Amino acid sequence: MAIEVRIPTILRTYTGGEKSVTGEGASLSALIDSLEADHPGIKERLIDDGDLRRFVNIYVNDEDVRFLGGLEAPLSDGDQVVVLPAVAGG
Amino acid sequence: MLTIDQATYDAIVAHAKRDHPVEACGLVAGPVGSDRPERLVEMVNAAGSPTFYEYDSTDLLALYKEMDQRDEEPVVIYHSHTATEAYPSVTDVDLASEPGAHYVLVSTRDHGNNDGPVEFRSYRIVDGQVTEEEVRVVPTLAPAG
Repeated sequence: MAIEVRIPTILRTYTGGEKSVTGEGASLSALIDSLEADHPGIKERLIDDGDLRRFVNIYVNDEDVRFLGGLEAPLSDGDQVVVLPAVAGG
Repeated sequence: MLTIDQATYDAIVAHAKRDHPVEACGLVAGPVGSDRPERLVEMVNAAGSPTFYEYDSTDLLALYKEMDQRDEEPVVIYHSHTATEAYPSVTDVDLASEPGAHYVLVSTRDHGNNDGPVEFRSYRIVDGQVTEEEVRVVPTLAPAG
């Protein structure tokens, strides 16, 4: 099953400049592993110490995954996933 | 160098003064590749803090989808410092994720919500490196193209 993932500018160095890539997995965690297989290094930019990075937002069908179970958020064929770094600072 | 029109400059300063003592934040979008800050979008500081800002995650997604639909990108990303100089903090540098954008800092430490001059400075932040750049305020942006 294929899931489209939108990649932000800052992470396109891992995707050869592609704005959008496809991956697969029944959960966000599995999807990230599938992205890592095709785009080595990207996982570390999304996950830190086994959890989603605090300042990276991931959305499934426009919903923040923090409200969908985080890394355990279930995914289905055709879901749209968007990765966006937080715009934040001090 | 950042070239910005007077009305957008004034609106950013007004936003910073209005939200003081909370940090104000927002973005000026422009056509992809144009380096033209054309469309000011004031954002809510979800942190509501005098020392931190963060766009609400739902607002952030809506903003980026809107820019995508309009073939825009963030040209200016701005926020205010309410008690310190208009220079990127360590946190600002760590979290900067738009290497193509001008990061604008406005300091409201001298006059708060009141009239009076503010520091308005612009930077590039790429791979943890901060480079200050000149700010040129023009009456209106030159016609595109």
